[in-house]
Amino acid sequence: MSVVEISGVSKEFKGGTVALQDIDLAIEQGEFISLIGPSGCGKSTLLRIIGDLIEPTGGSVTVNGKSARRAREDHDYGIVFQDAVLYNWRTVAKNVALPLELAGWDRDKRRRRVEEMLDLVELRGFGEHHPWQLSGGMQQRVSIARALSFEPSLLLMDEPFGALDEMTRERLNAELLRIWQASGSTVVFVTHSIPEAVFLSTRVVVMSPRPGRISKVIPIDLQQPRTAATREEPRFFELATEVREALHLGGLVEVTA
Amino acid sequence: MTLALGRRAGDWAPALVVAIAVLGLWEGIVKGFHIQRFLLPAPDAIWRSFRDNQGTLWHAGWFTFQEALGGFAIGCGVAILFAIVVARWDTLGSALMPYAIAANAIPIIAFAPITNAWFNPLNKTSKMVIAAVLCFFPVFVNVVRGLRSVKPQQLELMRSYAVGELTVFRLVRIPTALPFLFTALRVASVLAMIGAIVGEYYGGSLDSLGANINQDASLSQYEKAWAEIAIACIFGIGFYLAVALAERFATRWQPRMETAGS
Repeated sequence: MSVVEISGVSKEFKGGTVALQDIDLAIEQGEFISLIGPSGCGKSTLLRIIGDLIEPTGGSVTVNGKSARRAREDHDYGIVFQDAVLYNWRTVAKNVALPLELAGWDRDKRRRRVEEMLDLVELRGFGEHHPWQLSGGMQQRVSIARALSFEPSLLLMDEPFGALDEMTRERLNAELLRIWQASGSTVVFVTHSIPEAVFLSTRVVVMSPRPGRISKVIPIDLQQPRTAATREEPRFFELATEVREALHLGGLVEVTA
Repeated sequence: MTLALGRRAGDWAPALVVAIAVLGLWEGIVKGFHIQRFLLPAPDAIWRSFRDNQGTLWHAGWFTFQEALGGFAIGCGVAILFAIVVARWDTLGSALMPYAIAANAIPIIAFAPITNAWFNPLNKTSKMVIAAVLCFFPVFVNVVRGLRSVKPQQLELMRSYAVGELTVFRLVRIPTALPFLFTALRVASVLAMIGAIVGEYYGGSLDSLGANINQDASLSQYEKAWAEIAIACIFGIGFYLAVALAERFATRWQPRMETAGS
């Protein structure tokens, strides 16, 4: 059974903008899927439809065999946004513990899990800090720890490293892969960076705009585990070129317009 | 941020120097240019009057402060309730907003004699109403803004947790609105004191500051009137500092000037 099953999904916003048209995509257990495309291709919209944060105007989405709504209510997924979206009035530890609090975990269990999660994202010892005391990259790691704290089977990420500098981004890419392998969850990752998509993914879904469609799905056959050396392999460049060409093909309308 | 709280003595020194310089200059000008005492009495004369009338002054100050505090509580309480309703139900918001703006447009000086007619002018209630009307608007406007200034992604995150609206209110909207609320409460604390005194001007118990200032000025007891103004300032500043202290306690999580960036 697929973790995410998207069939015939369309989304038309008020005013007639067609954000998505006839999207079909099945995501299997343990996959790392990147959605890549120019702005306006509806990749973030698709991610939000999977998370039932917005509703599609046509088609259906199931998560773990349930309706997207039911999956959201069952806390089947964790989500990370471009901004860390931390609550400034809570300490780092209490931010990570928030979903656990809402799920009714008791204090001891919460504390233990928060410690595990802070270890996982290498922020041990920062639990009592407030978010504004951390750098952007550290804040984003807190938000990843929060999204994974309740062990959701699915992790949705909306350009989580888009606001970070290149060096921090590459380091967090490697860290995310490690966390993904350790947690065994399925990831849907929205990005507009080609190297990021190729480095992280098991499959890259290339989307094109107006209306948002899937123009190509490219399997990434780079070996696991991936390291800094992966970025220098000839195969890495071949795949990056393939993604780039698919993007340009799909984005032709935009280039000539 | 929170003015004057928890600072070291060194931080106070410049303000103290300014105060001494201003008082010295004031004294010098009044004496040097023989300024009439009904225009401006010298600080030492005000101080003597203050000392001689201490008992009645503190008593009157406390009386007026109680009115201000009552008005503050009523005005801010109603404003917060209105703000929650307006932030939650847009339609009700557009129904109530014009009246909130109208309340703010009430010329408070014209309103004072009317509340005196509504309630017994010797009663504290008539002054509380004026203080409450003055406090209402800044608190209302700021709390509405605070409750609405939650970032969309914070709400999306809460939606992803599938929690109810009350939980969102408690966990996100209220903490977001707190700094806005306290900014308004600080303004309101000062306005409440002004409102109470303005109300007393148009007839109030002779236990109160406003009635005393009015009476002493007409009896040419200018030094005493100035001493009463000083007492009003002391209570006003005390009230403001108390609100600032409460703010510091309620928003401990906020970065402070002293610690930010360290």
